[in-house]
Amino acid sequence: MRVADIALKVRSKNAGPFWVTVDIFCGSAVAFARLSRLPTAAIARVYGQPEQLLKRFDIAELNVIKISFPRPVVQGSREDRDMHGAQWAHLLAEMELGD
Amino acid sequence: MPTRVLVPSGVLGLGFDRKALARGVAMRPDIIAIDGGSTDSGPYSLGAGQSKYSRAATRAEWRELMLARAEAGVPLVIGTAGTCGADATVDWMFDITAELAAELGQSARVARLYSGQPAERVITALREGRIAPLTPAPEITEAGLSAMTNIVALAGAEQVQAALATGAEIVICGRTTDTALIAALPLARGDHAGAAWHGAKIAECGALCSTHPMTGTIMVEFDAAGFTVEPMAEAAACTPFSVSAHMLYENSDPFRLYEPGGHLDVTAARYAALDGRRVRVEGSRWVPGPYTVKLEGARAAGYQTTILAILRDPRYVAKARDWVAGLQAFLAAEISRRMGLEPLAYSLEFRLIGQDGALGAMETRRGQPVEIGVLGIVTAASQALASEIGKLINPFVLHHPLTPDEELPTFAFPYSPATTDRGALYEFALNHVMRLDAPMDAFRLTVTEVGHARR
Repeated sequence: MRVADIALKVRSKNAGPFWVTVDIFCGSAVAFARLSRLPTAAIARVYGQPEQLLKRFDIAELNVIKISFPRPVVQGSREDRDMHGAQWAHLLAEMELGD
Repeated sequence: MPTRVLVPSGVLGLGFDRKALARGVAMRPDIIAIDGGSTDSGPYSLGAGQSKYSRAATRAEWRELMLARAEAGVPLVIGTAGTCGADATVDWMFDITAELAAELGQSARVARLYSGQPAERVITALREGRIAPLTPAPEITEAGLSAMTNIVALAGAEQVQAALATGAEIVICGRTTDTALIAALPLARGDHAGAAWHGAKIAECGALCSTHPMTGTIMVEFDAAGFTVEPMAEAAACTPFSVSAHMLYENSDPFRLYEPGGHLDVTAARYAALDGRRVRVEGSRWVPGPYTVKLEGARAAGYQTTILAILRDPRYVAKARDWVAGLQAFLAAEISRRMGLEPLAYSLEFRLIGQDGALGAMETRRGQPVEIGVLGIVTAASQALASEIGKLINPFVLHHPLTPDEELPTFAFPYSPATTDRGALYEFALNHVMRLDAPMDAFRLTVTEVGHARR
């Protein structure tokens, strides 16, 4: 089972040139409860980031989980491959949930 | 005093529903406010001091807004004019405005708020300890600041208010926070400060906070206790979910938003549906802080030439990564031998489109693509050098064999010449704030009458 099989939508976007933010719209309280159990460490691994750099917001009122972290490459710098950071969402959407 | 702010769309150049705009004008707004840019598209606009949107699209939409302004009889303000809000793009927007005023037979007082920062001002602030890094911030030095092609400071509500106080009917702002443009008038009229900033954040992308994002136009009514948001397109609706979820958008922290002179805290905000399409919000809090403005700067980080080859031969597609590794080693040796350039003096990167072009090393999926686009990117100290490297590698990108003992392959080049000079590669070089003693210390206003002479 992957995140995308449970969540309504996963999207990502730059939050300014130095940050990227990923929103998981769970769509229901049940999906939110399940996805809230996703360890931050596992999400950090998907993006190859140290866990302590991730800011995480589990917002029950919206059934949304939001994860923000500094862009490992600054938007538009030579190594950047995705100017808007919008494709990053798919990595999390395709992440296997395990148990 | 209640204040109605009409936001035609999230950004000038993206279009809006004309009927929705007309409905907004009929509802007698106190001001029409639209954003003109952001850093979304990357550092090029700021680096080069150019608008990303075409002049024609900008002119066509601005024409409609100038007509709406004349009909409504209220100020029209644009923030971050010309995508990056550099002084040059403020003047570009002013030229369009003057042209349109003449064409439409309008006369108007136009204020220009300049956000451009001479490097010396920022260097002085750095020496005086008035520059602080945000997280993560690039290193800055005095030489690095002097080398930036454009530095802008993000204006807040105070600078927009100063521009409005000139009696201007049209205000063209340089770099401004998306929110300040909308919050300025409600704050000046004494509406609830937390509501002014929160409502501004909700409305800054136009109808993105509604069920029909493409319709553009939104009206926000601010008062002493909160704000009410309503989409102007008949088909669109604002719901407590669509409105509160907008705090997530392009925001690293959905509860706190830092602005010049303080921050917005929406932790305690309550969102309630007034009916099927209007949402009322109360409980947001403005927390005053030191008066700092955020800085953005861009500098050239080399010049680029690109080349694109398409592999369709299944053997090459299957071994594309190995092929690129072999090609890269071969080219490094050729560039060294023929041009005397060692690998540290330039960069040559190949990206495999169809394999991991968008995500690079983070990519987890592997598929069996029909073809792979090999995008070669050369970055060097000058365009002449990048272009020369591009020409040198061109025949090898076309013909490099996977193994030494096979017939030379020929890949697909989609155009001639195969190389494209991209010009300067700009990079964002500042993520800092600058403390000011007074809001206008780093900003400049000019006022001009355009169109027919006033009688």
